[in-house]
Amino acid sequence: MKILVCVKQVPNTNEVKINPKTGTLIRDGVESILNPDDDNALEAALQIKDKNEGTNVTVISMGPPQAADVLIECMAKGADDAILLSSRAFGGADTWATSNTIAGAIRKIADYDIIFAGRQAIDGDTAQVGPQIAERLGIPQVTYVEEVLKCEDGKLTVKRQLEDGYEMIEIPTPCLLTAVKELNTPRYMSVKGIYDACEREITVWNETDIPVSPDEIGINASPTKVYRSFTPKPKGRGMMVEGTPKEAAAKVTEELKKKHFL
Amino acid sequence: MAVKISAEKCKGCSLCVKACPFSAIEMVDKKAVINDKCTACGACVEKCNFGAITKDEEKAGKDLSAYRDVWVFAEQRGGVITPVVFELLGKGRELATDIGGVNLCAILLGKDLGDMTKQLFEAGADVVYTANSDLLANYTADGYTKVISEAIDEFKPEIVLYGATHIGRDLAPRIAARVNTGLTADCTKLDIDEETKGILQTRPAFGGNLMATIKCPNHRPQMSTVRPGVMTKAKPQPGRMGQVVPVTLKLQESDIRTKILEIVKTAKDMVSLTDAEIIVSGGAGLGDASGFELIKKFADRVGGVVGASRAAVDAGWIDHSHQVGQTGTTVKPKIYIACGISGAIQHLAGMQTSDIIIAINKSPIAPIFEVADYGIVGDLYQVLPELMEAWS
Repeated sequence: MKILVCVKQVPNTNEVKINPKTGTLIRDGVESILNPDDDNALEAALQIKDKNEGTNVTVISMGPPQAADVLIECMAKGADDAILLSSRAFGGADTWATSNTIAGAIRKIADYDIIFAGRQAIDGDTAQVGPQIAERLGIPQVTYVEEVLKCEDGKLTVKRQLEDGYEMIEIPTPCLLTAVKELNTPRYMSVKGIYDACEREITVWNETDIPVSPDEIGINASPTKVYRSFTPKPKGRGMMVEGTPKEAAAKVTEELKKKHFL
Repeated sequence: MAVKISAEKCKGCSLCVKACPFSAIEMVDKKAVINDKCTACGACVEKCNFGAITKDEEKAGKDLSAYRDVWVFAEQRGGVITPVVFELLGKGRELATDIGGVNLCAILLGKDLGDMTKQLFEAGADVVYTANSDLLANYTADGYTKVISEAIDEFKPEIVLYGATHIGRDLAPRIAARVNTGLTADCTKLDIDEETKGILQTRPAFGGNLMATIKCPNHRPQMSTVRPGVMTKAKPQPGRMGQVVPVTLKLQESDIRTKILEIVKTAKDMVSLTDAEIIVSGGAGLGDASGFELIKKFADRVGGVVGASRAAVDAGWIDHSHQVGQTGTTVKPKIYIACGISGAIQHLAGMQTSDIIIAINKSPIAPIFEVADYGIVGDLYQVLPELMEAWS
């Protein structure tokens, strides 16, 4: 079996803070990490590999040259091969153009049974690239996968998370699945894995290596354009209510009654 | 497709077949013919020595004016319209008014649509496009993508809004890729640009640390998914009627490649948080899971609903379905009471548009106080019972 895993290097947004004076993002010192949902996607692929001898797991990422770091991390966890799609021509892409680029690379790979991706990346939170890759490749998808129950020849049974429950879905291969954190607990890199991964080559492809047209990739091909970005205005501090718990409670109640909220 | 081959000019040399990266050109009766794999990449155009292949570059640009009306995807589950649809109709009405002279429409897929159609009219839809089929009773990515994409091609809406639910976020990207247009995820604000009449879509990024306003200038329809709980619901107008337009349905069973074996509902109600007028939320400051007993007691007393911060959910004190914030539910109740919640930006992003925020926290420098209308520095186990007493 051949499994592809789409991963992204992201800034650890939990660490991102706003400079209160300038209102801008403080990105200095914020580490880059393997996107958390993608880690679950990789783990799902590796668990299938553990159970099925002869399975190849290839990780694919689009990003700047330093995104190779997360690919090395994926190989240290057990991925067999890694492909980095890196070129200035890919830069500034929205999800439409990003999915074209990655789908182009997958078309070049041609042979695969399952594509795993994370549900969404923590820097953009769009959850769009996975389904759009599936659409470009003309294959079926299940997003929000929280359990892979059966992995048989030619079909899978998966549990898809819903807000108020779940669905059990049977899907033929080749297909694309996106992983949520409930799917599994990602493994750590092993020492031997790290050692081996550093010895291995990462395949780097640019726009001339993949079957995509220049007018389908990068910022110019992106239908959506960022018009402006800004830091959200804080709502602003209201009244601090002093006194004992009883006094404070009475005061707040009085205020709410005055404003007809109670 | 935007790439065309002129049968008169084609000499049958088949150079274009080799040039196509997608195997989208075949030779039929010694003439090159484009099949459905074409992505309009144009790689074949310059390879043709006879000028037989043309790509209509500006087609999208020229055609923009053909697109009109605001559409809302009327998501339903088991014959019940998802609450966010009524929020989208509320917002959609504003957008239609700001554009001027366009209809607000809903597109409803499923079976036995009569009652749901009526509700959509009462919530403000002028037109309801319907696709009635057993194959559409439950959501599938394949079935819904095909039907809605074809309806978009047939009726050409200018804007299509989807709820950013687990269904909307599965469906909308696929449609955007198929009809070749832009899609902006998880919008929290939508406006119409006065000059261009295009949509301005504002959404949080970087975990709510940054807001970005996105445009989709040269592609139609302009599409957004919208976070549930953010927009204001349309007030129903009982008895209001509109026009029902069935879409041309070409769906076959074989188009749907996935098979739903079972749909299971576990949580009692996914809507309780977004619909609640009062939310009482607990965070790490509760100390342990039993703290939610007091929160629940208070919420029950005031007719509210229990919320939680990510810290409380991650600690395993309460189910994820109660989580408020960027990765949980966005809420906008009349009164939000934050108990022992420090106020991480991700949490604030999900509740700061509440009408009144009351924060109770031991630490006077907790960021939650920066958004609170009323801040009480103190022990929630002492303050909450007093508040309960005072309110009843």
